[in-house]
Amino acid sequence: MAESVADLHARRAPSPIARLCISAFTATSAVGRGNAATLTALRARASGLSRNDFGPQPVDTYIGRVEGIEDNPLPQHLKQWDCRNNRLAWLGLNQDGFMSTVDTARQRHGPTRVAIVLGTSTSSIGATEEAYRSLDNAGRFPQHLLNPLIHTPHSTGDFLRHALSLDGICVTVGTACSSSAKVFAQGERLIRSGLADAVVVGGADSLCGSVLFGFNSLELVSHEQCRPFDVARDGINLGEAAGFALIERALLEPNGTGPTLLGYGESSDAFHMSSPHPQGLGARSAIADALARAGLSADAVDYVNLHGTASRKNDEIEAQAISDIFSRNTLASSTKGWTGHTLGAAGILEAVITLLALEHSFAPGTLNTTRLEPDCPQLRIENTDASLQTGMSLSFAFGGSNCALLFGRNA
Amino acid sequence: MSTSTAYIEGVGIWSERLPAWNTASRILRGEIAAPEEPAKRPSPDLLPANERRRAPDTVAIALAVGSEACAHAQRNPSTLPSVFASTHGDLAITDYMCDTLASTPGLISPTRFHNSVHNAAAGYWAIATGSTRPYTAISADRYSFGNGLLEALVQAQSDNETVLLVAYDIAAQGPLANVVKSTGRLGCALVLGCQPTSNTKHVMQWQLRESEEQGDSINSAKLARTENASLVAGNAMAPALPMLEAIARAPGNIVCAVGPKMGLELELAPMNEYSFRSVS
Repeated sequence: MAESVADLHARRAPSPIARLCISAFTATSAVGRGNAATLTALRARASGLSRNDFGPQPVDTYIGRVEGIEDNPLPQHLKQWDCRNNRLAWLGLNQDGFMSTVDTARQRHGPTRVAIVLGTSTSSIGATEEAYRSLDNAGRFPQHLLNPLIHTPHSTGDFLRHALSLDGICVTVGTACSSSAKVFAQGERLIRSGLADAVVVGGADSLCGSVLFGFNSLELVSHEQCRPFDVARDGINLGEAAGFALIERALLEPNGTGPTLLGYGESSDAFHMSSPHPQGLGARSAIADALARAGLSADAVDYVNLHGTASRKNDEIEAQAISDIFSRNTLASSTKGWTGHTLGAAGILEAVITLLALEHSFAPGTLNTTRLEPDCPQLRIENTDASLQTGMSLSFAFGGSNCALLFGRNA
Repeated sequence: MSTSTAYIEGVGIWSERLPAWNTASRILRGEIAAPEEPAKRPSPDLLPANERRRAPDTVAIALAVGSEACAHAQRNPSTLPSVFASTHGDLAITDYMCDTLASTPGLISPTRFHNSVHNAAAGYWAIATGSTRPYTAISADRYSFGNGLLEALVQAQSDNETVLLVAYDIAAQGPLANVVKSTGRLGCALVLGCQPTSNTKHVMQWQLRESEEQGDSINSAKLARTENASLVAGNAMAPALPMLEAIARAPGNIVCAVGPKMGLELELAPMNEYSFRSVS
């Protein structure tokens, strides 16, 4: 009896949600610090990718490295959390007035009523890798790295709680490359349940040996700059990024302006740890659920920022799903030719790019690509100036975790 | 904040001295002694035969406790959204990755690399059970269990779902063990519903409270109330034990910390036939 009800639950479409207001957003990646630099690079088609010079014995590939992390240690009161990932998060927090918007929300709602939901894949593991490279004669971590705060997946979430002086719910989502997309879903649920009045959502993932050598071991890394959706694409480039958004209940005034979260969809492929479902089953149901929560049809989506890693399989399966689901008028592109694949930060970085696209009536195209995957008329190489009311961002991950986010231009 | 109600339909647990809920619940009630002989690692029977032996400990334990809780609840695992909580993920793989990167980075095993993601156990669970429902994988340092439980309760309440919660941690290994404190292996799972059913075992009232005055102590003060629970007190997921004790000994109240200034107040009562009739 219980099972048949549960089976029904499994098939039902999710109920529509009330849209949430996005009071602030920002991203920092290889193309620059903050939204203005990101937009400028997208418009100028200036890639942030460079030859891999990260760490000892660098893999022969290109990376999206954020300049200046090494020269920007954390301020004195946050020194305990000092490591590459938390420096990158700090760099990201300090753009576009994001900290002051959070401060205003903290004063308005109270420090326990503003939650933090942070996505990351490898968090501060770069610090653990460094400790293993510099063990003392007894096989112990060197003194400056004997610090549990920087050797755990929640390191950056904990850092943010202190950096933003917040006392509410603070949790890390670690679902690999969908992490900082799923934070919007978890944040929306916290607000809908009344457990938070505002949520800082976002992600930070920094370059480290684990991902550079790990993806290389899976033969997924390109020796050239990545070419998403190109028929001759031959792999991904890794990158690093930090980005954040503040989501709050939308104001009731009918003339409210500013971007909104309209819907989200989450699913799992139940297929393979490191390969996508051959028909993109999970991707399709995540897209369908995002549309259902927004109460919109696929025709209403003006722009889709694709996962588009430039791996052979992902792009083929994703292009097929996009051409099946969306109208020919929908513009779709991958921006990983600018930033590389920023893994656990890709969700928030590409959510911010989608929000910038809506705000500036500008759909970025696809960089480095010359011949597109056939039979997907939505794909664009060139940038397009067009009025965009709704935009979707897609993130897919190892372990078959998928997330689709749908944003609106005005409240 | 108002009080919400959730319904515990199933429980799963595994550690060397608390090897299944049937036994563990009696041990936690003090009815029987914990077994002298530590149990062998559970076999991840859900996986194909060739993957069982080399499955990471975290995966084997998560799959075992998830299966046990779903069987206890008489739920088909493929129908449930799930929340996987782990403080540190697979510490043995972290040790392997960092050790190999320091010596022979070009020889990283691709399988171990994709098993190093925090959602590896969740991903294997979805594959093994054929569940296309959403899962998430979270971490929140010593508040990992509290935040996993909270997210499962929030999903059950806000989306009218029955949700599987799986929580686990294993021992730190290698040089990392000097810095990250976790010993032994512990996994537990709960099936949490939003409505009473004929399979409901316990009713749970819950409320998220600001508990500033108690600070960090709300975590440790409630730990290991029985000697038996202290069998795995060194594990990073030990903050789950008071909850498991409370279920075994219901009725009762506990506070489960979700942060230094936030606690989940839980009031548990067995779901007897009378209360089932009265709420349905």
